[in-house]
Amino acid sequence: MTDVFGVPLPALMGQLTLGLISGSFYAMLSLGLAVIFGLLNVVNFTHGAQFTLGAFGAWALLRYFGIPYWGSLVLAPLLVGLIGVVLEKTLLRRLYGMSDLYQLLLTFGMALVFEGLLAILFGSSGLPYDNPIPGGFNLGFMFLPYYRAWVVTFSIVMCTVTWFAIERTRLGAYLRAATEKPELVRAFGVNVPRMITITYGMGVALAALAGVLAAPMDQVKPSMGTGLIITVFAVVVIGGMGSLFGAILTGFGLGIIEALTKVYYPQGSSVAIFLIMTVVLLLKPSGLFGKTQ
Amino acid sequence: MRRADLIAFALLLLVGAVAPLLVYPVFLTKLLCFAIFAMAFNLLVGYVGLLSFGHAMFFGGAAYVTGYAVKVWGWPTELAILTGMASAAVMGLLVGLIVIKRQGIYFAMITLALAQMFFFFCVGAHFTGGEDGISAIPRRPVFGLINITDDKVLYYMVLAVFALCFLVIYRTIHSPFGQVLQAIRENEPRAVSLGYRVHQYKLLAFVLSATLAGLAGSLKVLVFQLASLVDVSWGLSGEVILMTLVGGIGTVFGPVIGAAFIITMQNYLTGLAQWVPVVQGCIFIVVVVLFQRGIAGEIGEWLRRMKRQSAIKAQK
Repeated sequence: MTDVFGVPLPALMGQLTLGLISGSFYAMLSLGLAVIFGLLNVVNFTHGAQFTLGAFGAWALLRYFGIPYWGSLVLAPLLVGLIGVVLEKTLLRRLYGMSDLYQLLLTFGMALVFEGLLAILFGSSGLPYDNPIPGGFNLGFMFLPYYRAWVVTFSIVMCTVTWFAIERTRLGAYLRAATEKPELVRAFGVNVPRMITITYGMGVALAALAGVLAAPMDQVKPSMGTGLIITVFAVVVIGGMGSLFGAILTGFGLGIIEALTKVYYPQGSSVAIFLIMTVVLLLKPSGLFGKTQ
Repeated sequence: MRRADLIAFALLLLVGAVAPLLVYPVFLTKLLCFAIFAMAFNLLVGYVGLLSFGHAMFFGGAAYVTGYAVKVWGWPTELAILTGMASAAVMGLLVGLIVIKRQGIYFAMITLALAQMFFFFCVGAHFTGGEDGISAIPRRPVFGLINITDDKVLYYMVLAVFALCFLVIYRTIHSPFGQVLQAIRENEPRAVSLGYRVHQYKLLAFVLSATLAGLAGSLKVLVFQLASLVDVSWGLSGEVILMTLVGGIGTVFGPVIGAAFIITMQNYLTGLAQWVPVVQGCIFIVVVVLFQRGIAGEIGEWLRRMKRQSAIKAQK
C-alpha cells in the first residue's frame, strides 16, 4: 500500500474528502455571513441557528409531511429564509444606525431562542436522517460515498452561483452599489430597504440550505450550528470580511488544512483554525482578502 | 466618591450584610462572584467600548489554576487565588496583544474565537480533568485563620473582596486613566491626535478587566469547590454580557443589579432548566430593542429627569 508521509493513501484521501466537506460548509456559511455583512453591516450570530433550523426543517418536512430530501432542499431554505425576512422587518430593522454591537447582541439573543426552542421541542439528543443516495464510487485507492461527492459538488455550484449573482448581474450591481452608498442608490429610485430585507433572507436561506445538506451527514441536533458558527467566525476573520471570493476560498482551504492536521497531528485539529487566525491577525490584521480599514 | 454613589454603595453593603439572614448564603456568594465578573466585564465594554465575547476564558482559566493549586499542590487559599488572578492577567496580556488593535464586531468575533480555542485546549489538557473538571476542591482556612468551610463566613469574605473590587473599579473609572479610556471610547482619532497612546491604555484596561474576571473565577471555585468546562464555555461569555446589558452598560451599579437579576432568574427556573436559554435570549432581544440603557441606566435617567423638573419648578 502506498503511504504518504507515513499515512496510508486511502486514509489520507478519506480525511481530505471530509476536509472538503467541512470546507463546503465553512464556505457556504461564511459566504452568507459576508453577503449579509456587506449590505446590512450586521454580523449575523443567528446564522448557526438558521443552519440548524434548515436541518430540522428537512427532518420535520420528511417526518410530518413525507416530503423527501430533494423537496426539502428547496422548501426548507425558503421557509427559514421567510423567517429571516420577518426577523429583519420586525427586529433587526429597528437597530440600523446604532452601534453594531447591539446588532450582534440581538442576533445572539435570537440564536439562543431558536436553539433553546429546538431543544425543548425535539430534545438535545440527535435525530437520524436517512442518506438519500446510499452507495458510492470505488475509485480503486478509496471509496467515495455518493452523498459526500454530492455535497461538495452542490456547494461549489451554489457558491459560484451566489458569487456570479452578486458580482456579475444587474441586481448584484445594485446591491454592491447600495453597500457603498445607500442614499445615492435610493435617489436613483431603487427600494433599498426592500433590497436589504431580501438580502438578509437570501443569506439566511443559504445557511438553511447548508443545514439541509448537513442533515444526512450526521445526526440532526439543536447544538449543531453554534459550534460551527464560531469556527466560521474565525474563517471570516482569516479571509477578511467584504470579499465574497475570499470567503469561499478560505472556507474550502481551511476545511482541507483542518483535515490534514487530523491526519498528521490529531490533538491539534480542533484548535488549528483558531491558531491560523491568530497568526493571520498578527501578520495581516485585515485578513487575507480584506481591504485595510 | 460622589454623594449619591456613596449612599447607594453604603446601602448595597448594608443589604449585603443582612442578606444571609434571609437568603441561602451559597446562592448569595454565587451572586457576588458573578457581580465581580460583570463589573470586570463592564470596565471594558462600558468604559472603553470594547465588547469581549470571550471573557469566560479568563474566568474559567483562573478557576482551573486556583482549583488545581489548592487541590493538587495543596497551596494556601489566598496564594491560590492570587495565582489564579496572575494567570488571568497573563492570558489577558497575550490575548490583548492580539486583539487590542481591532474594534467593534471584529474585536467581538476574535475574542470569541480565541476563547473557543482555549475551550478546546481545556477539553484536551490533562490538568483540567477534561469533561470531569476538577471537583472536590477543599476550602482551606484563609490566612490560616478564617474558616471558610462555614458558608456564611465564606460569604462575608467574598462580600469584603467584592466591596474592595467595587472600589478599585470605581477609582479606576474616575481616575485620569479612566477619563482617557472614556475619551478613547467617545472619539479615538481625537484621543490619538491629543497624543495619547491609545493602544497602551486599552491594553492596560483589558488586562485589568481580565485579572478581575479571574478573581471572580477563583472565588467561584471556593464556593462550588468545582472548576469545569462550563466556566470556559461561550455560553458563560454570553451570560456575563447579558448581566451587564440588563443592568446597564457603562453604569457603576448596573453589573451588580444585572448579575442579581440573571442569577435570581436562573434560580427560579431550575425546575425548567431547558427554558433558561430561551428566556435569556428573549431578555437579550427585549433589552436591545426596547431599553438599551438597562435597569441602572433607566433609573439614572429617571432621576436626572426628576431633578431637572424640580429645578424648573424652583425657577418658577
